[in-house]
Amino acid sequence: MTAAAIDVRDIAKRYGALRALDGVSLRIAEGEFFALLGPNGAGKTTLISIIAGLVRADSGTARVMGADVIADYRRARRMLGVVPQELVFDPFFTVRETLRNQAGYYGIRGDDAWIDEVMHHLDLSAKADVNMRALSGGMKRRVLVAQALVHKPPVIVLDEPTAGVDVELRQGLWQFVRRLNRDGHTVVLTTHYLEEAEALCTRIAMLKEGRVVALDSTQNLLATFSGLTVHLGLEGELPATLASRVVSRDGSHVTLRLGDYGELEQVLGDLRRAGLSITEFELQPPDLEEVFLRVMGRHA
Amino acid sequence: MTRFTTLFYKEVLRFWKVSFQTVAAPVLTSMLYLVIFGQAFGGRISVYEDVPYTSFLVPGLVMMSVLQNAFANSSSSLIQSKITGNIVFMLLPPISYLEFFCAYVLASMVRGLAVGGGVLLVTIGFVDARFEAPLWTLAFALLGAGLLGSLGLIAGIWAEKFDQLAAFQNFVILPLTFLSGVFYSVHTLPPVWQTLSHANPFFYMIDGFRYGFFGVSDVPPLASLAVVGVSFALVCAATLWLLKSGYKLRG
Repeated sequence: MTAAAIDVRDIAKRYGALRALDGVSLRIAEGEFFALLGPNGAGKTTLISIIAGLVRADSGTARVMGADVIADYRRARRMLGVVPQELVFDPFFTVRETLRNQAGYYGIRGDDAWIDEVMHHLDLSAKADVNMRALSGGMKRRVLVAQALVHKPPVIVLDEPTAGVDVELRQGLWQFVRRLNRDGHTVVLTTHYLEEAEALCTRIAMLKEGRVVALDSTQNLLATFSGLTVHLGLEGELPATLASRVVSRDGSHVTLRLGDYGELEQVLGDLRRAGLSITEFELQPPDLEEVFLRVMGRHA
Repeated sequence: MTRFTTLFYKEVLRFWKVSFQTVAAPVLTSMLYLVIFGQAFGGRISVYEDVPYTSFLVPGLVMMSVLQNAFANSSSSLIQSKITGNIVFMLLPPISYLEFFCAYVLASMVRGLAVGGGVLLVTIGFVDARFEAPLWTLAFALLGAGLLGSLGLIAGIWAEKFDQLAAFQNFVILPLTFLSGVFYSVHTLPPVWQTLSHANPFFYMIDGFRYGFFGVSDVPPLASLAVVGVSFALVCAATLWLLKSGYKLRG
């Protein structure tokens, strides 16, 4: 078993009457690209804040690369780079000053070579001596990512990093984060864009009302909750043999569930034997959004 | 050590980048006090024998600037970081509460002493300056700046909006400084006010600081040093306790 980059056990946190987290346990292995999904208020940011030491849990433990976030907070925080959700910045400083300060807070002085490299990868080099106030929203977001990387943390947490970010930056950012993951960094991502989690992450946890309601590999979740569907336009009545596969029906249009691509042959055979002609045909691959809605619906 | 020095440097750079507002403006304000009060009362009020009123006024104004600016630095820096959210950049790294405390308080002391030094420089030419016991002056300046820097941290931690911080500044700090004998000797006050003044720790800071200039004071300097020293220790302990607990900083 690989060592855990993040190990969270029975974490609970209340804000007055609100139960933000209710016994969350998660183990994220080193090198994983992990997604934390859930609707607003599910507890994603609270969980990340506890792992980052910004919020203290009422009970339970959290470790980053084996270091307890309270008892061994210095080591835990050195291991972790967090890109916060809010677009925050210090208006007094330039991009370079901001990054130098941030490195210094981690006890690193004079590593301008790494700061230059990070700025280069995030297309910030031209803005190095520009005051933070003068940057566009997208540029500020890049600086936030750079700030999370100045101390070369093995574990990187991105809390909805692409909210309100244009397509170009989003693509660039994912390319960069993918590279970090290939280089061995563990990446944890929360996002509202399910297609991003589907495209990037190997494993997914879904949170709802402070509980983990699904935790599996992206592939398994898609296979279990979603699977392949085929959308058909038909002339005539659907044969009874296919009734159990119906997901939805709208006049002459019907959507059928398939276990795998091999079952398509069987469905087409049944339709042929029933003498039906097909006017429309569309195969729909598994979709994380559907998984998400079904998992959330199941726990409603 | 790098964590502390970086945070300290950042805090100093923060006020230095806006030094017109943070250093030059309070120096000018103090000069105006000297001109106005000196003109209005100079020659009519005698506080200590052989000390003209304007000369008496200068150390009070210097110390008031030290105290107010030390408070303003840590409190405004912290509340700005809290309200804009950039405090997260200091909470995510492995900075200990002690490093955090030392960096903020020392930077506040630098600002307080820079403004106090500025006030002294621009006012000294107008008065008959004496430095009878400069070590006392230095001791009270350092302790006072540290105390107010630490108090500024408490205010910054407690306040959730600028309005609350302004209330702390205007309803606590300002009355305590103005009623501490900056502009007068408490010996000239009616007995009730004299007694009340003796309950104000700011009075001992101003009085002890002034002793370094003239070698005379309302209270023996050692007694003032004891009061200021104990107040400093108590406020620092309270601030460290708040920082350690994460009160209003870590949810």
